[in-house]
Amino acid sequence: MVIVNGITTDAAGKTIADLVAENGWKCNQVAVERNLEIVPKTAYGDTVVQDGDSIEIVCFMGGGSQSDDVLTIGGKAFHSRFILGSGKYSLSLIQAAVKYAGAELITVAVRRAHTKEKENILDYIPEGVTLLPNTAGARSAEEAVRIARMARELGCGDFVKVEIMRDSKYLLPDNGETIRATEILAKEGFVVLPYMYPDLYAARDLVSAGASAVMPLAAPIGSNKGLATREFIQILIDEIDLPVIVDAGIGRPSQACEAMEMGAAAIMCNTALATAGDLPVMADAFRQAVEAGRKAYLSGLGRVLTRGSAASDTLTGFLQD
Amino acid sequence: MENQFYVDSKHLSESALTKKHQLENDPASRTDHMAYLPDQEQISSDIREKVMAQTADYDYSRYTADDVRRALQHEQKSVEDFKALLSPAAAPFLEQMAEQARLETRKHFGNTVYLFTPLYIANYCENYCVYCGFNCYNDIRRMKLNMEQIEHEMQIIAESGMEEILILTGESRAKSDVKYIGEACRLARKYFRMVGIEIYPVNVEDYRYLHECGVDYVTVFQETYDTVKYEQLHLAGHKRVWPYRFEAQERALMGGMRGIACSALLGLSDFRKDALASALHVYYLQRKYPHAEVSLSCPRLRPIINNDAINPQDVHEKELCQVLCAYRLFLPFAGITVSSRESESFRNGIVKIAATKVSAGVSTGIGDHESKYTGKEGEAEGDEQFEINDGRSFTQMYSDMSDAGLQPVLNDYLYV
Repeated sequence: MVIVNGITTDAAGKTIADLVAENGWKCNQVAVERNLEIVPKTAYGDTVVQDGDSIEIVCFMGGGSQSDDVLTIGGKAFHSRFILGSGKYSLSLIQAAVKYAGAELITVAVRRAHTKEKENILDYIPEGVTLLPNTAGARSAEEAVRIARMARELGCGDFVKVEIMRDSKYLLPDNGETIRATEILAKEGFVVLPYMYPDLYAARDLVSAGASAVMPLAAPIGSNKGLATREFIQILIDEIDLPVIVDAGIGRPSQACEAMEMGAAAIMCNTALATAGDLPVMADAFRQAVEAGRKAYLSGLGRVLTRGSAASDTLTGFLQD
Repeated sequence: MENQFYVDSKHLSESALTKKHQLENDPASRTDHMAYLPDQEQISSDIREKVMAQTADYDYSRYTADDVRRALQHEQKSVEDFKALLSPAAAPFLEQMAEQARLETRKHFGNTVYLFTPLYIANYCENYCVYCGFNCYNDIRRMKLNMEQIEHEMQIIAESGMEEILILTGESRAKSDVKYIGEACRLARKYFRMVGIEIYPVNVEDYRYLHECGVDYVTVFQETYDTVKYEQLHLAGHKRVWPYRFEAQERALMGGMRGIACSALLGLSDFRKDALASALHVYYLQRKYPHAEVSLSCPRLRPIINNDAINPQDVHEKELCQVLCAYRLFLPFAGITVSSRESESFRNGIVKIAATKVSAGVSTGIGDHESKYTGKEGEAEGDEQFEINDGRSFTQMYSDMSDAGLQPVLNDYLYV
């Protein structure tokens, strides 16, 4: 008896390569874990599945802006400051979304490979785009670490967005578990971008844990409610030396623009695009908003006239010599 | 005219004079001011690099009135905004800066003003810092109080009503070792609720020991962040080592101290660059040690015994006020101390704008509190470090602050 992706099968005696092939997957688009250990791709042909083994075969699925102003994360330079989520809309729209949003970084979730799904998201993502696998579905640091290791095995580099939720209603990130996972993964050489609730202490702990950026939420994920945590995100921008990427809750281009004006390094967005009437047009609107906000930030915002000003030196009249 | 610091005393031996002149006139005879001495602990820190990189690039002449207006508009002042506020372009905006600074000070500190007093317990010094009254070549009456004398001084100060004390010494480890200072601080904890020190920089272990003796607050003035100028002003002694001094506050925090204070001595070098570096020193320390209480002082050069011509050069009251407003706007949460080096009128004005702490009942001499507080002739006394300007007593300061609508605070926390 062998358990493959949670289903009991009679696969004992077959090699990993056999298992992948008979399900119609491509070896370069899956990662395989056998009894919690990653199986290297080169060993697929030689690894024979034993009775009692538990096998996980995973692939990516949907889920989860040009100038010399460069966003650097984990030693990699990005010209776009718009990070695209890939869930909630059909794979065929991904190319248009990437194109119009100008995204160079796109998040993908790691999921069990399904026999019925012959399409793979990797076939739809244009070249030159960096994949940012997330740990969606993880409820503890250990689970997130496991998912991250499998994601790396899928062959898209060391980037990982850690997201750990222990609340299925609001999907709020668990900062404590996230810090633990970040520390473990950073030590293993991952470029860790943790999704977090914007708490200063947690952000500092994430810095110490080796994060490469922090990703505070603007509002509950998928809510399109905008910068509900504005004051706290501003504190992170002011106090944390890493890029602060505003993630979750941004519902309109104007909100993305505002966050960029505040000094956010980038915006991550999914639902706002996925639920738009015309996805490519909305993607384009977001690209322009993020660019406009960034330019406003770099140029130094002008002053707003306030009413009244001191006419005489009432406070400094005492100064001598 | 630049300050003329070199003064020869007729009491110095011929060999001492020769040595002094050699130090003054022959830079090659002086030690490397950037090299740590063998007993000086070297910590790993990136703060110095950060502060000095920003300071080196600071060209205050390129800031315009528009830069200042923009800075004033920002709720949080960035480093760039702070640079604009320190620049000459901000001078015409002084009243607006003061108005904003007043609001920030009230927002963070209410209408309070802390009172404290310094207590010098010894004025022996092994350094030759040309502008300082305690320098080893200056002909002054030297003295080191014993524990009995220290306790006597403390009793007199405590009777005046003061609850916070700052213990100071000249910088001589040989004459005033860490243990001596620690014992004095233990005594101080008997009479005062808050004890700070302003002594020669020490290693982390020594700071830990002093903290155990009851010290909570460490003040070290960098004098100037301009290392070239520093070398020309601090000609001999342990203090000559610039980087060891720079890292004193960080070592103090590593040793468990609750708070630190930084400052340049304004008037020694380019005051705008020194003000920038002082505030950035605090800024980066606070970022690295977010739990630490941080504060800034703003001493200007003062006349000393045997050289009454020393003055703060181009740092007039207006410039000092601009620096303090810029400090407040950049670091709204930081304490700002204004000492008795400044005049009564200046201190009365600045506590309404930016300062949060002032000294009172001040003597910078040794063992002279009884004579100064009561008029009673004291025994032997040691000479002063510099001439103070505002000689108000604790009682006078307390009532002046109250009359100005401020709430004098003598201590604001409890040891637990």
